[in-house]
Amino acid sequence: MHPMLPAIEVKQVSKCYGSLCALTDIDLDIHAGEFFALLGPNGAGKTTLISIIAGLSHANSGSVRVMGHDVTTQYQQARRNLGVVPQELVFDPFFTVRETLFIQSGYYGIKGNADWIDEIIERLDLADKANVNMRALSGGMKRRVLVAQALVHKPPVIILDEPTAGVDVELRQTLWNFIQQLNQDGHTIVLTTHYLEEAETLCHRVAMLKAGKIIALDSTQNLIGKMTSGNSLKLRLLPDTLPPVLQALQISHHNGMYELKIENYAHVEFILASLRSENNQILEMHLQQPDLEDVFVNLMRNHRKPAK
Amino acid sequence: MTGFLTLLYKELLRFWKVGFQTIIAPMVSTLLYLLIFFHVLEVHTQVYPGVAYTTFLIPGLVMMAVIQNAFANSSSSMIQSKISGNIVFVLLSPLSYRAIFFAYILASIVRGLLVGLGVYLVTLIFFDIPLLLPLWALLFVVLGSAILGALGLIAGIWADKFDQLAAFQNFIILPFTFLSGVFYTIHSLPIGWQYLSHLNPFFYMIDGFRYGFFGVSDISPYISLMIVAICLMVISLLAIRMLKIGYKLRY
Repeated sequence: MHPMLPAIEVKQVSKCYGSLCALTDIDLDIHAGEFFALLGPNGAGKTTLISIIAGLSHANSGSVRVMGHDVTTQYQQARRNLGVVPQELVFDPFFTVRETLFIQSGYYGIKGNADWIDEIIERLDLADKANVNMRALSGGMKRRVLVAQALVHKPPVIILDEPTAGVDVELRQTLWNFIQQLNQDGHTIVLTTHYLEEAETLCHRVAMLKAGKIIALDSTQNLIGKMTSGNSLKLRLLPDTLPPVLQALQISHHNGMYELKIENYAHVEFILASLRSENNQILEMHLQQPDLEDVFVNLMRNHRKPAK
Repeated sequence: MTGFLTLLYKELLRFWKVGFQTIIAPMVSTLLYLLIFFHVLEVHTQVYPGVAYTTFLIPGLVMMAVIQNAFANSSSSMIQSKISGNIVFVLLSPLSYRAIFFAYILASIVRGLLVGLGVYLVTLIFFDIPLLLPLWALLFVVLGSAILGALGLIAGIWADKFDQLAAFQNFIILPFTFLSGVFYTIHSLPIGWQYLSHLNPFFYMIDGFRYGFFGVSDISPYISLMIVAICLMVISLLAIRMLKIGYKLRY
């Protein structure tokens, strides 16, 4: 594989349904080996973009390549390199878990894939359900089978469209451990999620979409680091009064907790000294730092639709 | 080839797992037709010289069972997959549109032939039915089931809801089948209806199939073969085209 070849290359992709454009001029390179998050509110165009990458939907303009293969002109090679976990809990009610996985494996032209299928069944905790009909599985189990189906052909690039929506904590952890392992083994992972702490913990880089456009594309750390505001100190005081010298810093006072804006960590010492001089006792203290959710909320608020 | 064979296997397994509904039930309903027509019409009608009505009727009923089940197989599989969303597993895979087409059609042919063969074998217990030219019969039954498999695929892709598929079945497939000479020879019809019957491609399937049994037919089997082959080609090209552009499948 060429070292500079992106795992996914999206160039000037637009997709409109009549007058409504779900995606407008999307340019995006996802590097091989990355753990990448595609974030955005509902209707931002995340699933449409994934559908175009997966060949489930045709772009009106632009081009998409997966591991260097065009998704329309070289669709067979592109799809062999891609595993997709769809957002909807879809399944074929005629088959058992093992039959489903063997059939999916066969679609990719792989014969005798039993060892790998057994391994993914094992690693996704599906062993005791392997011969159970898909209809009889719980939602969480069906989600695991969807993940297993996306992996039967060992694709180098894996896209997970909200894989943890409606999933309990235990499965979520099992899933992320497994997916992190896949990433460490060299697979490129792209995920969409509404749980931003997951994206912050797992992903190297993030693209944020709004109304069909990418409004931010950077490493997770850089995005958080660029937040000029967001550091704050939360305090519960006795007596419950803020010294006048600190009142200019007050952001909020809620349930007996004062939230004070701080520019940098040295600023904390000034606040503590002011409290000492007023004989205020600190009952509770939290240092609040900006996280991906703050970045997300901030970007979504500030990036208004252009006036028509 | 593995991809195609897997999809074919999946399509076969799909109807095999519900064989009572997909094979036994249509066999029973076809044999019920036979029972009723045998009792009502046997003594009154002789279609070809020396061929009793029931003997004439049986190849028609076999072909009707084949046609209906070949259509039902591909159409119901496709619309169920579309509505439940699991068609995505086929669409995400590198399966070519030709592989998808041939897997669906071949599964339809197999189901059609299984039901047809079942009906034929049961009738052999009670009636003495000649099979003078078995290769002609086989040729027409395979081509006929392939046409209906392809039509079923088109209907399954086109229909967004089950009632649209039912409309396709009830207003196109059923009238074309019943008016194709399943139950009668078109020479027993008024001249106007005879002309209209010639516009019905199903007529040529059944007439050619019957030729395989009795060695006589309403029109030359070569003409029937040509018309049936052209129909298969046109309908197949349309179905392949729909799969290629992703009509109602890839938005």
